[in-house]
Amino acid sequence: MTTVAEQRPAAGFSTSARIRGWLRNPWGKPRFLVLITWAYILWSIVPVLIAVQFSFNATRSRTVWDSFSTRWYWGDPVDSVWHDPTLRHALVQTFKLAGADVLIAVPIGVLLALGLARWHGRGSGASNFIMLFPLVTPEIVMGVSLLLVFSELFTFIHTGTFAQILGHITFSISFVVVIVRGRLFSIGRQYEEAAADLGASPFVALTRVLLPLLTPAIVAAAAVVFAISADDFVISQWLSSGGGTDTVPIRIYSATRAAPLPSVNAIATIMMVTTLLIVTLGFLTWRAFTRGESKAGTAAEDFGTAFRL
Amino acid sequence: MGTPTSWPEAAASPTVYRRWLWPSLSLPGVLWLIVLFVVPFYAVLAVSLGTVDPILFQPVPIWNPLEWNVGWLQEALQRLAPGGIWFDVGIRTIVYVVLSLALCLLIGYPVAYYTARHAGRWKGLILILIILPLWISYMMRMLAWVNLLQADGYINRFLMFTHVLSQPRDWLGGSSSTVIFALVYGYIPYLILPLFASLDRIERSHVEAARDLGASPWSAFRTVTLPLSKTGILGGAVLITLPMFGDYYTPNIVSMSPKTSMIGNQIDLYFHGGPQPTLGAALTIILAVFLTFLMAYYMWSIHRAQRDVGSVGAL
Repeated sequence: MTTVAEQRPAAGFSTSARIRGWLRNPWGKPRFLVLITWAYILWSIVPVLIAVQFSFNATRSRTVWDSFSTRWYWGDPVDSVWHDPTLRHALVQTFKLAGADVLIAVPIGVLLALGLARWHGRGSGASNFIMLFPLVTPEIVMGVSLLLVFSELFTFIHTGTFAQILGHITFSISFVVVIVRGRLFSIGRQYEEAAADLGASPFVALTRVLLPLLTPAIVAAAAVVFAISADDFVISQWLSSGGGTDTVPIRIYSATRAAPLPSVNAIATIMMVTTLLIVTLGFLTWRAFTRGESKAGTAAEDFGTAFRL
Repeated sequence: MGTPTSWPEAAASPTVYRRWLWPSLSLPGVLWLIVLFVVPFYAVLAVSLGTVDPILFQPVPIWNPLEWNVGWLQEALQRLAPGGIWFDVGIRTIVYVVLSLALCLLIGYPVAYYTARHAGRWKGLILILIILPLWISYMMRMLAWVNLLQADGYINRFLMFTHVLSQPRDWLGGSSSTVIFALVYGYIPYLILPLFASLDRIERSHVEAARDLGASPWSAFRTVTLPLSKTGILGGAVLITLPMFGDYYTPNIVSMSPKTSMIGNQIDLYFHGGPQPTLGAALTIILAVFLTFLMAYYMWSIHRAQRDVGSVGAL
């Protein structure tokens, strides 16, 4: 920071000198960068806030604001989220898929991360390669693959809820591995070795030492898996067997192409609030567990970059 | 993130880590991915290189590679070649993706740069606001814009209020610019984060050294910051390019017109609307091979960028 002070022109200089000072000083704050950044943030968030606002509109319009009402959540006896069976069912289906995904993908992913981080023998390279592939495969390729394998080879599995759950787990496992492995690297091996020196068997060292240390990563991974499952459109759509298995993203997608009511905004808002709450809880847990391990601010970055990286 | 510690293989405590423990922990995950990721991909190959039942028009996969029939794949390639019916779609897909990527970089780089270097005490807040859209459903964000872009939506009303437009414009009726805008809006958060991560890692002392040696701010940026952030640029670019090439829902939501159809829309059409899943499977294989080449080019560029960064470090 001393450099900044040295390079900054002394107080009392004219405005033009100060502007020249900004330009000359690489650590100054170029005003156009400030402008672009805040404009970007507004652009990325305000439209969503407007969509939330219209979920509370008293009329059927999603473009002309009338007055505040909870009609589209539960007030309307026919078209509200609470009373419209297709919307309510979509909400249930989304939670069903996300819940099953978290319960199955997280344990499988944690074990895979532990295995891949410590296993260096024959086959470990190939396994690592297979694990990374789902992260870079476009979802449509995965959707086509799963649809064809269920219709041509595993014909005992029909499209529908079960196939959707299998698909969600398939794309979720790698995210769990990436998050947990990052944590494994930062823990290092010394705790396990200490446990071993004190006479713990590998299994005891794993369950009594390593797993508790991995808790923040496991909680974060569960939150991320919930979020990506609830957000998923492509896999759910390709493996859906019609109306009964539609999820919230599929409802939003088909509604935007028809003549939607603000109840679509309402169901989207419900999903958004739920996901943000779960992710915030995941983040707070992560920070509570890792407090004191790293410098302030990096927890947010670690948690943020753990997603889709 | 801490540096990964490496230590002599098994020498430290040979009895502790029995050989079978770690592979067997990996087993469920690896099996899962083989059965539901590798085998399904092979099924796409088997269908695209298979035949079609002449009466029922159902795909007949050929599982034995020795008997593969390349007819449908050739047909798909011919349709993608100049003069074929998919040629325009292929070109359009590349143009949309390249333009969207360019716009994402143009907007995303300054944002990531500011957040990493100049945000000061606002850094935490800005970071949270930048990460926030990642946790808001993609469909919710598209829905938001579909509402805004309606004939009587806020955008048209604002543009008419300011006399930019004299009558409402039909944004959602098959306009390429709307599709590109939507792609940028949808994918840019995924680009900014890796860009930020790479810019944030750059040591201030490197840039200070360049400035002390007489470099102008611009040339210090060009010769130090930009090359050091190249891995972030490439990583972010590949992170958004691969899914964009397979996107079909974004053009469907904001346009729904054949005039803005992308490769993904054709695949969707041949499975969900059309009678020939075999052709759809062939197109999927072509897309996957194309993206594999893109990925290989990315790995090679990353390798080269890291080598170049190594030489910058040596200077």
